[in-house]
Amino acid sequence: MKFFDRLLAIDRRIIFLFVIIAVTLPLFSKATLHIEVSPMVKAVYDAVDNLPPGSKVLVSFDYDPASAPELQPMALSFFRHCFSKDLKVVIIGLWPQGPVQANIALEDVFRDPEIKAKNLKYGVDYVNLGYMAGNEVVIQSMGSNIHTTFPADYTGNRTSELPLMKGIKNFDNIDFIYNLSAGYPGTMEWVQFAVDRFQAKLGAGNTAVQAPGMYPYIPEQLVGVLGGMKGGAEYEIIAKRPARAVSYMLSQGVSHAVIIFFIIIGNLAFFVTRGKKKTS
Amino acid sequence: MRREVPLIITGIVGITLIISYFIPHTPFNLLQDLFTDWYQIVAAFAIILGILNLLRISLDKVYKKKKGWFFGLVVVLSFFFIVIPGFFFSGGRGFQNPGTPFFWIYFYIYIPLMSTMFALLAFFVASASYRAFRARNKEATMLLLAAFFVMLGRVPIGYYLSSWLPESYQLATVADWIMNFPQTAGQRAIMIGIALGIVSSSLRVILGLERAYIGGE
Amino acid sequence: MRIFRTLRLENKRINYILVFLLFIFSLFILTPALAQVDKSVTTLWEDTLPPSPPAEVKAKDTPNDAGGSITITWTKSLDDSTGRNNVIGYEILRSTSVDGEFELVGNTTAGAQQFMDTDTKDKVEYFYKIKAVTQVLSSVSLPSQPAISTQQWFNTDRINILIAVLIISFSILYFIRRARAGKKLYVRKIAGLEAVSDAVGRATEMGKKIFFVPGIQDMNNMMTIAGITILGKVAQLTAQYETRLEVPTSRSMVMVSCRETVKEAYTNVGRPDAYNDDMVYYLTDDQFGFSAAVAGLFVREKPATIFLQGHFFAESLILAETGNSIGAIQIAGTAALAQLPFFVAACDYTLIGEEFFAASAYLSEDPKLLGSIKGQDVGKFIFLLAILIGVILITAGIYDLSKFFAT
Repeated sequence: MKFFDRLLAIDRRIIFLFVIIAVTLPLFSKATLHIEVSPMVKAVYDAVDNLPPGSKVLVSFDYDPASAPELQPMALSFFRHCFSKDLKVVIIGLWPQGPVQANIALEDVFRDPEIKAKNLKYGVDYVNLGYMAGNEVVIQSMGSNIHTTFPADYTGNRTSELPLMKGIKNFDNIDFIYNLSAGYPGTMEWVQFAVDRFQAKLGAGNTAVQAPGMYPYIPEQLVGVLGGMKGGAEYEIIAKRPARAVSYMLSQGVSHAVIIFFIIIGNLAFFVTRGKKKTS
Repeated sequence: MRREVPLIITGIVGITLIISYFIPHTPFNLLQDLFTDWYQIVAAFAIILGILNLLRISLDKVYKKKKGWFFGLVVVLSFFFIVIPGFFFSGGRGFQNPGTPFFWIYFYIYIPLMSTMFALLAFFVASASYRAFRARNKEATMLLLAAFFVMLGRVPIGYYLSSWLPESYQLATVADWIMNFPQTAGQRAIMIGIALGIVSSSLRVILGLERAYIGGE
Repeated sequence: MRIFRTLRLENKRINYILVFLLFIFSLFILTPALAQVDKSVTTLWEDTLPPSPPAEVKAKDTPNDAGGSITITWTKSLDDSTGRNNVIGYEILRSTSVDGEFELVGNTTAGAQQFMDTDTKDKVEYFYKIKAVTQVLSSVSLPSQPAISTQQWFNTDRINILIAVLIISFSILYFIRRARAGKKLYVRKIAGLEAVSDAVGRATEMGKKIFFVPGIQDMNNMMTIAGITILGKVAQLTAQYETRLEVPTSRSMVMVSCRETVKEAYTNVGRPDAYNDDMVYYLTDDQFGFSAAVAGLFVREKPATIFLQGHFFAESLILAETGNSIGAIQIAGTAALAQLPFFVAACDYTLIGEEFFAASAYLSEDPKLLGSIKGQDVGKFIFLLAILIGVILITAGIYDLSKFFAT
């Protein structure tokens, strides 16, 4: 019984050790697991896939490097999807680090031979308007006029002089908004200010912790949401370009299994020691 | 007067902004943006206050060799290590562009540090789950079962464990059901309570009944 | 007939048969090509025809706004996703007179039937035409009736919110008044708040510090204000018991506000000498920089009690687990839904949602503040009733009550 008592009071560092092994070892394996695409992710994919070439997509990067492991693969696969469909992309950020993460994602996606062959031009096929302070006030302001909200882009060029922005005044000229969010301001603010006030069409990518909070908004206010690394993996699967998120799912699956294993043995030890206390 | 003036300002601004929510006519439609802009400006200047306080406390710790003085030294050195290249050697407005010293610090130091801190959650989730998910009573058992189904249903392993079952009994379907129905219902209920709590708290602040945040009773 | 002479084909009948066969053979070769030509000729032919113009163009002042906006609606062109299906978009044209020159003010993609012109001057008449555009041609609708943009004094879309706010506010004020009149109000026990004085007492007995973290958001967040009001109560206790208190903050303005609160709490209890500005200090605005600093402080200082009261994000579990690992008693409170499970799992007591906002009233035991909690219960009862009635009505297929709550 001492074994079960010790098990109940196990040093957390032993649990940490198991988690390290569970997360890192599968990274060396090339095996991939079956991933079922959920309706929510499919809805986002279909919304983008049904856009005709030349449609304008606004992507809001509302996260920092801490959430990049979950959200960056979503950004990459989304950009790849947009550029392969010849959609025009406008990038903004409500978090200061957002536009930098966008540039990192763009650099990654431009390495793809299919996208590289399209010879995309800044200002014509995509623009990065940078970060603007103000949280939800920025969204509200964009609903009236994006040019006054973002008078210059990330590098200082006047927004009105960028060819892509000439046909865009506000959300009426944007065909789809995609928000990558790790907190505040994020998807909830986009729903409250862009969708409710300006009837914009919105899809989102959130961290796994945040995603359930968005379920009440689906499908009337939010087309769908990609939740965590699994959501990113599902998007890669449905886009037929399995990449980073898919490769990380094995790690996530094994680590979940390890956590469940510890929960089971913890409960076993709990019941055994409780039974012993009752009999004694 | 020291306390009365802030309370009067709070009351007037609070009531005005509530009214402006329902009145789109000028000048009410401009008030929210105006006050938000004022707040942003004040908060931006307040950062200087915070930074000076941080540097003062850290330097004081280092100078007097207080407990943990080494961490104070790290704070001060890190502060100047980022501010000086960022302000003076990174090309002005384009300081965040790839190739600048600031971008190098951001990409090779800041991003790994932030990712590491976020990654700690994986370990803490494991230790917290081990400790918290015990079937002590009925409610705890329900929580345990829900966690079990959702954790397994959300990863491909759940598919492999239950693919032989009819689709409506598979782990992924059960996990989705838990997330879409009981979880969403519970969240919505808590959200309604929170909204009412915010209304009540805001009313107390606007009416001056709640004063602790400005140092009152 | 030089060809026949060249080929030395003297028999005329054979010659004609050969010509005929040549003709049939060329038909087989040329027909597919002709079909393509035929198709492109057809397309070319179609593109020489303008699309069917949009119809029923209506322009009206955009409701519930501050003026400067007119909403135009129209019926799609018959060649938009039907008919010849060659419409690629619409152009919105505007003029100040029905016979005047119409200028382009915007465009939409095919399928659209509405556009908001947000560039109008109030009290000026505008006329609109909608032009359906194909790759090559276009056709313009008849002009709309004149429309004038104006400002509205009341947003009728928000009438339901106004009613809800008035009902809840009046019920709160009513119960505050009743409490002022001396009526005793029952508020259920909240375990986390009952434990506050015990938690402070524990730190006093152990001779260790108390850490109070008021979240990582700024003063414009209601949760931060609620956290700071709780700090005031905790600071009064630490002043009475002479327990060391530390308040690391993530925002400069929160630092200033917390300093005022703690200083005032110490003064009210008669211990202004025990207060020191360095009890409340700023660390960093950065989320994980702050949590790394605070986690490090927890591990080094080993406080006996930790309060986590405010708006937290992902760092909530890092702070709560670190606090648990050092054996501190932890009382958390937040209305951040995503973080509640982490606090519930890792902390000894958690104030969930509205309990957190009720904390200041609960701890002060001031009747006026307790009355406000009663008032919000009326609001909750109304919502409960609405949900019940709404579920019954929609299940019976009678009426969708949620429409009344839409904004």
